[in-house]
Amino acid sequence: MNIDPSLVIERRAVISGAGQSDVGRRLYRNPLELTLDACLAAIADAGLTTAEIDGVATYPGPMGQPAGFSGAGAVDVQDALRLELGWWSGGIESPGQLGSVINACLAVASGLATHVLCFRSVYEGSAQGDKGRASVMPGGDSGSGGFKASGFMEWTLPFAAPSAAIWIAMMAQRHFYEFGTTREQLAQIALNARKNAALNPKAIYRDPMTMEDYLAVRMITTPFCLYDCDAPCDGATAVIVSRADTAADLRKPGIQVEAVGTALRGRPSWDQFDDLTTMSCRDAAAQMWTRTDLKPSDVQLAEMYDGFSFITMAWLEAMGFCGKGESGPFVEGGAAIARDGVIPLNTHGGQLSAGRLHGYGFLHEACVQLWGEAGDRQVPGDPEVGVAAAGGGPLAGALLLTRRR
Amino acid sequence: MADAATEPELPFRILPRLTEVNRDFWTGGQVGELRFLRCQSCGYYNHPPTPICPNCHSKELRFEAVSGRATLWTYTVNYQPWMPGPELPFIVAIVAIPEQDELRLTTNLVGVEPENVKIGMELEVTFENHGDEVWIPLFRPVAGS
Repeated sequence: MNIDPSLVIERRAVISGAGQSDVGRRLYRNPLELTLDACLAAIADAGLTTAEIDGVATYPGPMGQPAGFSGAGAVDVQDALRLELGWWSGGIESPGQLGSVINACLAVASGLATHVLCFRSVYEGSAQGDKGRASVMPGGDSGSGGFKASGFMEWTLPFAAPSAAIWIAMMAQRHFYEFGTTREQLAQIALNARKNAALNPKAIYRDPMTMEDYLAVRMITTPFCLYDCDAPCDGATAVIVSRADTAADLRKPGIQVEAVGTALRGRPSWDQFDDLTTMSCRDAAAQMWTRTDLKPSDVQLAEMYDGFSFITMAWLEAMGFCGKGESGPFVEGGAAIARDGVIPLNTHGGQLSAGRLHGYGFLHEACVQLWGEAGDRQVPGDPEVGVAAAGGGPLAGALLLTRRR
Repeated sequence: MADAATEPELPFRILPRLTEVNRDFWTGGQVGELRFLRCQSCGYYNHPPTPICPNCHSKELRFEAVSGRATLWTYTVNYQPWMPGPELPFIVAIVAIPEQDELRLTTNLVGVEPENVKIGMELEVTFENHGDEVWIPLFRPVAGS
């Protein structure tokens, strides 16, 4: 730690409950209903009632496009549950999806709220339906003309590059070039996720996957094949962030927020960021480690974003679980990141196999593991320290979590 | 797309919405120029263009042509039909503009087969004109390199 400990006010926050709706590739359910299922599950898990929830935080807030990207906004949930709020926030401009949870930690630490309901809700699976991925891409329905690119997409759409798959594939390709990383190494992120998903009854893809399967499946955009890309789905995840001194009101010990990281030191861009092989994971993780005396070697499980497999490699390096540029050799063979490995990784199956719940799935899993509630997929050894990290490109937020005794 | 019948080889592209800020970038190809907004006070190329220089905060900015040369920084060979566009597979690239460190463009590579693409290769700009309104800067290997 190299800042004044009294400034690390996120430590006044705990995660007191977690909940999740049904999750499926395509559920064709009302997205607000899924959202509320997750919220009520999290509130009950904490041993609280809706009357005690006085804060709401969400990512990205209400959005009509891209289709299925947001199942509900903060005020939708406030009204549906008739919440009386001391503080609330929803929006897309934040350090990744978990930036909303970090906001909630600061809100309870400051006394603006006591118990904050945080959620992320998606229905990208059913929004896409049977019409294919193109139907939900920006401008994907524009074959007839008329749509013009603006904002940051002005610099990608005219080059037929509408998807983060393309932008991040180029980062991976640069990593391959600079450090000699291979597809067989990258594959371990997908294979590890699938192996863990087999033990998660809510995961979307649970059938075994071999290296041969991985290398044979169709290419999306080199070096990414289909299995390097997460699976759009329907589902909602919620957690409750509570002020730590409310422990007596809670059903079970809270998960201590030990430190958070939110930094963005480079340009907020998918092509102008100084080092695209690290992305802003570098900044968020480095900042997190300045706010704690714990070290990477103290961490017993890591739930880190895999919207595309390479992002997890970048997080592994950023967090210091291996050296810069060394994620390829580190994951090779898969042993180091297995459930009984050096750093058990994405123990629920990640977004690659458990579905693109968009950031919150990682935090949910970290909490469930630290509570010892993960059932068949429980990390052995009674883990007490975990990391949840989400985001890619210029978006990155991270939380270091410890189990309270 | 009125001219599609006369130029059948032109792929569909989503075009940029032209504004006072970006017009000189997207129309430079009409005279064969790759242009960036440049600070007249400190010389910094300011891309994507914004109203003040991020380096010295001057508001004296003008579009200036660069050499049109570039180095391939990274790329991907895309096989996924995300939307109507160039024939699959096509190459999306990030190229480094030599006039300034970390000045880059996302673009497409043309005139090269995917198996011959090498990070670090020398490139030059070529333009694809759409409707006498927008000239899309694409990059191809430098002849003879």
